[in-house]
Amino acid sequence: MSLLEIENLSLAIGGTPILKEVELSVAPGEVMGLVGESGSGKSMTALTIMQLLPHAARASGRVSFDGIDILAATEDQMCALRGDDIGMVFQEPMTALNPVKTIGEQIAEGIRWHTKASRAEAEDRARKMLDRVGLPEAKFPLSRYPHELSGGQRQRVVIAIACALKPKLLIADEPTTALDVVLQAQILDLLRGLVSENRMGLLLISHDLAVVTEMADRITILRHGEVMEAGDTARTLSEQLNPYTRQLALASMHVPARAKAHATGQGKPLLEVEGVTRDYSGRRTSLFQRPTPIRAVDDVSLSLAPGQSVALVGRSGCGKSTLARMILALDKSTSGTIRFRGETITGRSEAELKPARRDMQVVFQDPYGSFDPRQKVEKLVAEPLHVLEKKPTPAERREMVAHTLHEVGLGVSDMDKYPHEFSGGQRQRLSIARAIITRPKLVVADEPVSALDVSIRAQILDLFAELNQRLGIAYLFITHDLTVARAITDEVLVMHDGRIVERGKTSDVLDHPQSEAAKALVAAAPDLHRAIARRMQEQG
Amino acid sequence: MTAYLLKRLAIAIATLILASMVVFAVLEILPGDPARLMLGLNASAEQVELLRNQMGLNAPLVLRYLHWVGGLLSLDFGRSYTYSVPVIDLVRERMAVSLPLALIALALSTIIAIPVGLYSASRRGRAGDTIAMGAAQLGVAVPNFWFALMLIYLFAVWLRLVPAGGFPGWGAGVWPALKSLLLPAVALALPQAAILARVARSALIEVLNEDYIRTARAKGLPYRAVLWRHALRNAMIPVLTILGLQFAFLLAGTIIIENVFYLPGLGRLVFQAITQRDLVVVESIVMLLVVAVIAVNLVVDVSYAIVDPRLRGRQ
Repeated sequence: MSLLEIENLSLAIGGTPILKEVELSVAPGEVMGLVGESGSGKSMTALTIMQLLPHAARASGRVSFDGIDILAATEDQMCALRGDDIGMVFQEPMTALNPVKTIGEQIAEGIRWHTKASRAEAEDRARKMLDRVGLPEAKFPLSRYPHELSGGQRQRVVIAIACALKPKLLIADEPTTALDVVLQAQILDLLRGLVSENRMGLLLISHDLAVVTEMADRITILRHGEVMEAGDTARTLSEQLNPYTRQLALASMHVPARAKAHATGQGKPLLEVEGVTRDYSGRRTSLFQRPTPIRAVDDVSLSLAPGQSVALVGRSGCGKSTLARMILALDKSTSGTIRFRGETITGRSEAELKPARRDMQVVFQDPYGSFDPRQKVEKLVAEPLHVLEKKPTPAERREMVAHTLHEVGLGVSDMDKYPHEFSGGQRQRLSIARAIITRPKLVVADEPVSALDVSIRAQILDLFAELNQRLGIAYLFITHDLTVARAITDEVLVMHDGRIVERGKTSDVLDHPQSEAAKALVAAAPDLHRAIARRMQEQG
Repeated sequence: MTAYLLKRLAIAIATLILASMVVFAVLEILPGDPARLMLGLNASAEQVELLRNQMGLNAPLVLRYLHWVGGLLSLDFGRSYTYSVPVIDLVRERMAVSLPLALIALALSTIIAIPVGLYSASRRGRAGDTIAMGAAQLGVAVPNFWFALMLIYLFAVWLRLVPAGGFPGWGAGVWPALKSLLLPAVALALPQAAILARVARSALIEVLNEDYIRTARAKGLPYRAVLWRHALRNAMIPVLTILGLQFAFLLAGTIIIENVFYLPGLGRLVFQAITQRDLVVVESIVMLLVVAVIAVNLVVDVSYAIVDPRLRGRQ
């Protein structure tokens, strides 16, 4: 007997079809993985179950939960279900909690609403729930506010809210996508524990095939609002009967074809970082005491040869982005020197930095946030050209933009479009075009593919590899995703608490990590091959 | 929390000192010798010189500024030359009218604006929202003295519910005094309420799109409860900012409204003082208004910290 049964569900928002005849079921104590790329309708399926769809949405078909017809339920009935029998966890923990209420209030609120418990009773239960999700009282009293917690801790609070009343079904929509791999492993562990304790059904929504394989008993693959394939996780992924399933699996394990690594360690290094430290002023504890500084980057040294591709990996908050900002001369180091092409860039004025800026560019994580929506592609991609010694004429500029767009696989006609006319992957191509238009020697890429779907991610990784080969651009890849590091870099630096704790050839470090930090990263990184093998073994 | 409050207090005091300098300097720069103005055109040069010495006008600038500030601090604002009484007595008498008027208007505008904003935001794009926001648009566009005239016509001339103007004084009893302040307060409050309602609506709409609203809905709270418990408090932050800024406009508005309703308040006093070049009075009242605005903004800063724990810092 299924807990949740979705039959023939179709959904349209303002006339646009979103879901087409979706079938899905979750049994008590079962983990159902719902996989698909962005825009495939995963989240809309979840919101249909919760009946939290936008006003213009029209659903047809049948959704029954524990014998209740959800699509026909009144708002009062739904309010009774939400938070009591069905809990939901969302993707973005940083914004999922009300900033002006304590975590205790936010957990106790649902308990009081549904059980009519007294404040003291509800707070008592909230306390127990926080202990269960790994936030002990000594460090996390109920009176904490969300802004005093990190992303991973906030996600634990969200899970505590969703599971406070031991729901029969938990819907987790990309619960770990915004977290680093180590936190991801911890949160998945927590979810697994809650499922087995309470025989709770879990609908786990993710774009990450490896995560779903590790977690789910059964899997449903969604594409453009239609179910492509559904069934037992291990069998579905090992047999790969549906071509789309195969495509997804291949894409998530994709390694770009790269010729032998560029001359590593030969000649003069392109970038040298020596003993760089960055302190941020800490919070003042008393009016009369100097605040103790927070050390974000601690005595880091590294060097990068021309054409070399290096990964800087570490957990969120380890200082990797701060280091990158200093290399790009966007932030000043507290001490230490950075040399680029043999010239010192630390402590230089903006005018003196101009030649260096020409030869180093950056690609950011979010392809949506890094473009001014009111400017056309030509202007956006041509932006770095102002650092050139000689200002190109408008005709030359157009020519250069056209050439660069061609190099990243876009057309000349794309020049007169606006950013919103492009998909996420195309936008990341635009950021790469913007980065390579000045023919830089070094591109710093800060999580350049972590916001992209697996198939798009594979294409972008290919593009990075190709540009590395063809133009000899050196890369510094900042990432917490080890598959990316493995796919595209020669060397890897592991950063932990502001220090580089391990360095070496990428395959060596990732296959035989030595430091605690590297071991933790490798152990936590989801791996599709490993996950499928483990499932097959378990099932015999 | 204390650090935040101390910082805000320091900023308020610094602003106050700066403002006092500006007020003093502007009146210094203004053409016209106060002594000559007081004595009239026929006074001899010796008489003027004598008075200048008496009034301390010949002392160095810095000394005169310090003397003036010292006077303000000990509530000695000088003497009004048109009324021939200490300014402090005038101010005290007029404040009894203006302060209640401003406070009633402020309270009224908030009481009107917040529910209208809530109503509009929760019915965004529907008929109720369109009507409410249309009315708000009208409220922003129409000048308050015209409102005042219409209110007088409707409630005083036609319905004869309240007096058309004048003020019986608090001695005549609380109710008659309040009654005569009611129409002016409404006339002052309506345009303010209109602006505030629009701000409240857009702040609420923004907050309602936040992720934590969805989290609250997923807890099983009905829409209305989410609106009151989660959205309103977060939306209060921009509303408070506008409320603080509006207070200055409210004070400026009293000058017109008190004239329309013939109320013996500070607004009319300052208006008369300006036309009669009674600079001592003008100076004192302007300074008083500055103090009021800065004090209200300090209150706003404190309420920020009450509403938003992120401003309080770690305990």
